[in-house]
Amino acid sequence: MKRVYVDLHLCPDLRDSKNVSRVISKASKLGYRLIAMTFPSNLTEEDFRQLQNISREAKMDLAFRVDLKPKTPEELIYSLRRLRRRFEVIAVMCESKNVARQAAKDRRVDLLNFPSLDFRRRFFDRAEAELASNGLVSLEIDMKLLLTLEGIARIRLLSNLRREVAIAEEFHVPIVISSGVFDETLMRKPKELAALASLFDLDEVSATEAVSRNPFAIVKRNREKLSSRFVAPGIRIVRRGRDC
Amino acid sequence: MKSVRRRYLALEIECDGFVDSREFLDAVWGAVLKLYGEYGASRVGLALIDYDVEKRFAVIRTVHSAVDMVRTALASMTRIGNKPVTIHVIRVSGTIKSLYKKVNK
Repeated sequence: MKRVYVDLHLCPDLRDSKNVSRVISKASKLGYRLIAMTFPSNLTEEDFRQLQNISREAKMDLAFRVDLKPKTPEELIYSLRRLRRRFEVIAVMCESKNVARQAAKDRRVDLLNFPSLDFRRRFFDRAEAELASNGLVSLEIDMKLLLTLEGIARIRLLSNLRREVAIAEEFHVPIVISSGVFDETLMRKPKELAALASLFDLDEVSATEAVSRNPFAIVKRNREKLSSRFVAPGIRIVRRGRDC
Repeated sequence: MKSVRRRYLALEIECDGFVDSREFLDAVWGAVLKLYGEYGASRVGLALIDYDVEKRFAVIRTVHSAVDMVRTALASMTRIGNKPVTIHVIRVSGTIKSLYKKVNK
């Protein structure tokens, strides 16, 4: 089966439809077959349909993603209850330790993202990884910072990423590599993202999985769950009718 | 003496303006140097084989063992001078002849 390359984190300006269609067509040209864009939680049906039309024209499968930035674990639980059935991908931007711990153990969270550059505010340690390994959550690494930072800031980031990747591999937490960019000049081919991952010691096979199979599995699992035919994991309605 | 196994990379350069070959090669060397340092750069064996300003196409040569390093350095490039630039690897091949054959397919 042909490998499907996925970028789960594109953040174009959604008010600018030209920018959105440029990003989608660029992703298609670079070899991606499935992308996810970050949408505001108050997305309307009209916006939803318009974006789906744009992606359909570019023959691109578009998944709907929301980024949660809760301040407390309670806020995270409330947001998950409200949004889980509306979005295909839910990522949590972990800016505090309590939120990171709650996100790692909650099976409704798909991606853990640590946006801070300060190593004291990156909470992906062994305890976090152990919680994540018992759930369904993956560690997301955005490549945007690797491309935009320079000098000592990039050195520190690489050192943090190297540590986090080693912990994730030790605890079998899936890794997802995304671009995290808002304009098309910083978009890279999947193999180029995988090559950049070698900078933080992710081997070629794992890096390729991180831009293809791991993110694809998240979207596939959630689409199945959001489908009206879904009953429970492994059980789905095949046919409805009186003779069933 | 063991012969050096080489690899040729066909590149597509996405840029608003035009970049001359000297500027391009300096920028690639700069990216390799920035990521891997002088010791790493000395093992890359980089050379520019072909450069077409109009078509925004280039072919570079490297040693077989450094293809991943060069690929990473190219992916990390975001600017040449003041111009925003993106460089994509189109194809990698062991000979120039087969590279052009694959590119023109």
